[in-house]
Amino acid sequence: MNWTAVQRILGLLIMMFSLTMLPPIAIDAIFAEHSWLPFFEGFVLTVVAGFIVWLPVHRSRKDLRLRDGFLVVAAFWTVLGTFGAAPLLLADSLSLSVTDAIFESMSGLTTTGATVLTGLDELPRSILYYRQQLQWLGGMGIIVLAVAVLPMLGVGGMQLYRAETPGPVKDTKLTPRITETAKALWYVYLAFTIACAASYMLAGMNWFDALCHSFSTVAIGGFSTHDLSMGYFDSAAIDLVAIFFMFAAGINFSLHFFAWRYVSVKHYWQDPEFRGYFAILLGVSVLVVIWLFQHSVFDAPGETVVKGLFQAVSIATTTGFTTADFSAWPAALPVLLIFASFVGGSAGSTAGGIKVVRWLLIYKQGVREIARLVHPSAEIPVKLGNKAVGDKVIDAVWGFFSIYVVVFSVMLIAMMSTGLDQVTAFSAVAATLNNLGPGLGDVSSGFMTLSDTAKWISIAGMLLGRLEIFTLLVLITPTFWRH
Amino acid sequence: MKILILGAGQVGSSAAYHLSREEANDVTVVDRRADVLRELQDRLDIRTVVGHAAYPEVLGRAGASDADIVVALTDTDETNMIACQIAYTAFHTPTKIARIRAAEYMSAKDLFTQDAIPIDVRISPEQLVCEYIEQLILYPGASQVLDFANGKVRLVGARADRDGLLVGQRIATLKEHIPNTEARIAAIYRDGKAMLPDGDTIIQEGDEVFFITDRKDIRVFMSEMRRLEDPVRRVVIAGGGNIGVRLALALEQTNQVKIIERDPVRARYISEQLNKAIVLVGDAADEELLLEENIDNVDVFCGLTNSEEANILSSMLAKRLGAHKVMALINRASYVDLVEAGSIDIAISPQQITIGSLLAHVRRGDVVKVHSLRRGAAEAIEAIAHGDKESSKVVGRAIEDIDLPKGSGIVALVRGEQVIIAHHDTVIESDDHVILFLTDRRKIEQLEKLFQVGVSFV
Repeated sequence: MNWTAVQRILGLLIMMFSLTMLPPIAIDAIFAEHSWLPFFEGFVLTVVAGFIVWLPVHRSRKDLRLRDGFLVVAAFWTVLGTFGAAPLLLADSLSLSVTDAIFESMSGLTTTGATVLTGLDELPRSILYYRQQLQWLGGMGIIVLAVAVLPMLGVGGMQLYRAETPGPVKDTKLTPRITETAKALWYVYLAFTIACAASYMLAGMNWFDALCHSFSTVAIGGFSTHDLSMGYFDSAAIDLVAIFFMFAAGINFSLHFFAWRYVSVKHYWQDPEFRGYFAILLGVSVLVVIWLFQHSVFDAPGETVVKGLFQAVSIATTTGFTTADFSAWPAALPVLLIFASFVGGSAGSTAGGIKVVRWLLIYKQGVREIARLVHPSAEIPVKLGNKAVGDKVIDAVWGFFSIYVVVFSVMLIAMMSTGLDQVTAFSAVAATLNNLGPGLGDVSSGFMTLSDTAKWISIAGMLLGRLEIFTLLVLITPTFWRH
Repeated sequence: MKILILGAGQVGSSAAYHLSREEANDVTVVDRRADVLRELQDRLDIRTVVGHAAYPEVLGRAGASDADIVVALTDTDETNMIACQIAYTAFHTPTKIARIRAAEYMSAKDLFTQDAIPIDVRISPEQLVCEYIEQLILYPGASQVLDFANGKVRLVGARADRDGLLVGQRIATLKEHIPNTEARIAAIYRDGKAMLPDGDTIIQEGDEVFFITDRKDIRVFMSEMRRLEDPVRRVVIAGGGNIGVRLALALEQTNQVKIIERDPVRARYISEQLNKAIVLVGDAADEELLLEENIDNVDVFCGLTNSEEANILSSMLAKRLGAHKVMALINRASYVDLVEAGSIDIAISPQQITIGSLLAHVRRGDVVKVHSLRRGAAEAIEAIAHGDKESSKVVGRAIEDIDLPKGSGIVALVRGEQVIIAHHDTVIESDDHVILFLTDRRKIEQLEKLFQVGVSFV
């Protein structure tokens, strides 16, 4: 373990993160709401803390090793969730407890979108903006951003990048240099954000709402500036814009990169994961719309289609925006949607969940077992888009899946032991571990009613979900610390 | 610069390492072995593509269409040639470099032209290594001999010992020792650290001194550094592979050469190729065999088999049995450090010898030759100065007026056929070949800029 290298990079990252507390001050200046002080205090606190961490080791020139990468990423996300909570804790208009502030900040950074706040519409805009910005930073990954802007990370950047990026195969670089890859991803991300904000404005939002919602849409976060979430706008046009951008943000960003680089769209359809992702979303949406029609939940057919589609895409991509209270929808719909969030988006996207490609591989593995029963001596590789997938990848997918199930069960029991009913506990764990946001039962509109213990379990779940479990889990294994 | 390296073998990996650590280069490596690439990508900031290096589809995926240079370093000559052909035909890659091992291809005429096999630069590591060893044998006592301007200038490295006439003296006294020759000490390595000397520097025992002088004066100058060794007469080569046979062929007319090969069939084949050298069938680490062949009278023993461990051990054995000087071919950099501490006189690293010829093509400015030294930490560079006083930062200026980066120095100039040893008042003219020594690799960019011609010069 290169402690000095880890400490130095951690210090740098914290100092870099402190800068993200400055834009809310500008927002506050624009609206003249005089609530900039907590952000300034948060900025000073963070930058000083980062400086203190960095100063003793700033001369260290050691390279990061693979193990250090895990430690940096895990430590950084944990520390970030804590420092990100500082402005929320210090804001007089919120008067949050430490638990609530950290919950809110972690829910933002991990793009979960579960909230403990009510009365959003009355809050100062700087705070509203700050929550959305946290989601935006967490979406593409703040470490990927750091790799893009801090050139000295070098090969170590690859270790960090790998520990943060979701998906089973993490060695595919878009460009030879890791900093260029990270930059490319952020450019695509930025372009989507701008396009999304512009579309929201065209669809009728004011600029502030458009900006804030574009942040949480492309990050697949789910925070809103209104208690009613997207339902506040009550506009089919806005819903459709949101559907499109949630769908796009759930696609692997390297596909977007190729579209941008080679001005082409046909490669989307050639990608097996995209086809799987599209098929799953389509299937869930059709089911939801049919059920809604059958039970005549809405009066107008147009409204039924838009609201059904919106909710299906929003939950299945793990965004968590709501236009209607889907937890009160009839039949199996709420549970179907929660289960859809286990699939989530594609690898290399901003979405949570287990990721489409893993399900695809698990499915193909199942098909292979059946084929083996029929032809015992056949050599049958698992293929993804005409390319055989190595057994190592399949093993890793199974490993991930089983750990996911174990972590889920443990968290479910822990949640229930705090006194929650089974529906609430189950959906709360799903909502946090899949970085979804809203759940069912008591957590359908927010997590404010939960006990502190349950909130901390949720915080752990959100972090585990965002870093895909292993990055955190590896830190508590003795093997990791053994020399 | 966007560089595509085909083949992740020893030379390919080390090329990727050297090229990727320069900020300006984007390196992509293609190989068929996914595990090798994964391991490489863990260590280096590069992109890797799995696939057959000559397939158009694979080259396309690896970005051949925007690559500036394709370097084909796979195991087979034919793959390398066809890969360059495809890079040229299908992707219009400007510079194509290929490793060609077989002398049969290298010696053929008019083969490597744009309308036949479009390879701009052909590298034969075996040939380079062989020439390198030849030079070391030609100048006994030298630890490195580097050629510039087609051999007109040689930069020689030698370790100073207590018998050298100049050791313990100021460099300025050199003129009194050897009044009729011009020489210049380019750099001194002391305890692993480089220093650019001036007249007041005192040479100490154990220093590795790099100097430049006229070819005929190398021997005289060498006596300033260490006890003069007799010219090499008896050479034993362990390992009858490509390098061993090439070396034997090159040396057999002037020296007594014995070559040891384990495989009787191969030994038979070699003996048919060679005219005067004696081919011995046996193990190079066999003490009886070595003693029988009078190892204690041998001037140079070269361990050149495919196995570096065997080279190290057989060389150590030969040294203990009385061989005057032993050299071993060693690929692994970590082994080089281990053995250079004493047991082996000279460790020969094929990668380091080969990488220089690649670096020359990656450099901006008109760089003709690069010799990589000390695992790439230092470089000796030959660059051509172009332009005039207005457009160039070097032409028309005396050396003392040139804004050289710290840690670099101009050692000599080659003007036409004439070799000029650099002095502070030497003025550089256009088309001069300038030979520089750079002790700090990070300054390379500043140096490149010096030799780039300004916009006004078209």
